[in-house]
Amino acid sequence: MEINKDLVAASSTPIVLAILSEGDSYGYAIIKRVKELSGGNMEWTDGMLYPVLHRLERLGHVEARWEASEIGRRRKYYRITPGGRAQLSEERRQWQAVDATLHGIWGSLSLSVPAAAEPLPQGA
Amino acid sequence: MAPLPDATMLEEQIGQWRSYLRRRQAIHTVDVAELEDHLREQVANLVQAGLATDEAFLVAVKRMGDLDALSREFAREHSERLWKQLVVLPSDSGTPPAAARTDAVVAFALAVGAALLVKLPAFFGVDPEKNPVFYVHNVPLFVLPLLAAYFAWKRRLDKTLIRGLAAAFVVAGVFANIYPWVPTGSTQSLSALHLPMALWFAVGIAYAGSRWRHVAGRMDFIRFSGELFIYYVLIALGGGVFTGFTLMIFEAIGINAERFVQLWLLPCGAAGAVLVGSWLVEAKQSVIENMAPVLTRLFTPLFAAMLVTFLATLLWTGRGIGIDRNVLIGFDLLLALVLGLLLYSISARDPGKAPGAFDVVQVVVVIAALLADAVALSAIAARISEFGLSPNRVAALGENVILLVNLGWSANLYVGFLRGKRSFADLERWQTDYLPVYPAWAALVVIVFPPLFGYL
Repeated sequence: MEINKDLVAASSTPIVLAILSEGDSYGYAIIKRVKELSGGNMEWTDGMLYPVLHRLERLGHVEARWEASEIGRRRKYYRITPGGRAQLSEERRQWQAVDATLHGIWGSLSLSVPAAAEPLPQGA
Repeated sequence: MAPLPDATMLEEQIGQWRSYLRRRQAIHTVDVAELEDHLREQVANLVQAGLATDEAFLVAVKRMGDLDALSREFAREHSERLWKQLVVLPSDSGTPPAAARTDAVVAFALAVGAALLVKLPAFFGVDPEKNPVFYVHNVPLFVLPLLAAYFAWKRRLDKTLIRGLAAAFVVAGVFANIYPWVPTGSTQSLSALHLPMALWFAVGIAYAGSRWRHVAGRMDFIRFSGELFIYYVLIALGGGVFTGFTLMIFEAIGINAERFVQLWLLPCGAAGAVLVGSWLVEAKQSVIENMAPVLTRLFTPLFAAMLVTFLATLLWTGRGIGIDRNVLIGFDLLLALVLGLLLYSISARDPGKAPGAFDVVQVVVVIAALLADAVALSAIAARISEFGLSPNRVAALGENVILLVNLGWSANLYVGFLRGKRSFADLERWQTDYLPVYPAWAALVVIVFPPLFGYL
């Protein structure tokens, strides 16, 4: 299933913050986690995540540090800050409001919205 | 990960990909390192899933996304890296040569216009040698409206904004000329000094257009101002050489060109250079790296060392600061300079980077300047009743307070950033939010001071 670009962009902040609030992580692992959580429905182009991370860093929602990975390569890890947690709960409130609104209207429409498609086959 | 049989080929391909990525101005080396780590992990996983290395590389690169789109996303997030290109041209296609030519023609036409405007009063019989103050007072009014007009044209400002700017220049012209100044009084020279500061704000609004309300728009204007200053100094150096040769070569055939130089070359050149300099900053940005931040990097440590030594000497010897009439102005200039160092290092700093040694030096400069200024202020405050409040002294004190407030809070924010309690964006925002204070104070000096001090 193709999710529209605007929706992907709008949801990127809460998704990244939520994933980081599970624990510190880095770009590749975040993307993997997004795939996992969405059952393969959300496919970000890998590179697009980094501008989002850098924006969150500039806003002080996350902080980054370079560390050696398990095989000795330099890797940039991100950690959520208290400001980021506050932002996340704010985003969460807003998304819940949107979700509740949609939920209400889906219920009142007797139209059957086709349920999420089968997860797309993943490369790796 | 077991060493791959075709690991060398992979390294080669990654190397090519890396150097291709590095050519993108919006993507810095450190970001390339981050993306490379990502690419390698993706490749490793694909290989584990059974793909051949070269196939894995292709798939991984494909998943990274189209490089144009990627660098556009990076540019959007890191506009400070690309402010040049973004300001000059909204698209990524590059300025078509025709547009670049029109731009140059308009800029040079306006430069000629400014040069002629400066000479205009002379045609109506106002002699610059008899009325130097009138000239000095009105020169910004001949030049800056044309600069604002250049940006209004270039940024296609909307009509309301243009009308507002025009009104601002008219009001400035009125206040520069209606007051019944007492000859040789200080309020007139104060007004002449502060008028360009207030009008520079109007230029800033024309420069940034609709982006004026944003931190990035204001920061771009700060960058522009610094670069223009540097270009102007360079043009002035060239102009000096040109003048020297003009005088020398005509001297050789027994003609004295001094009158021509004084009456035409200098005033017209100085006025036109503002427009030409601005055009150069706009057009040549991508050719020459921003100079102001480079100079800042060079001089911040020197100023830190000098100020700390000064404070230590002050403590060690117990000397007081000698109070004469220029001391306060000297310290105002010191604070303004430290603010400049701070502004231009902020303007070039990657806001996401962690605090480093240079940031510590920066904080040392700011705090040392604040301490030195506090010593000077306390010395002056103790004797202010003795001196009385002349317009010059009130203006200098006011400016001192404005700069002190800015730097004091900046120091607080900066220390907060060093201790990891604040983000660098707070400091940036504070500086850009503070910008309107300077023209407001300058306008106050131009409009309120003369009647307040009886036009003395």
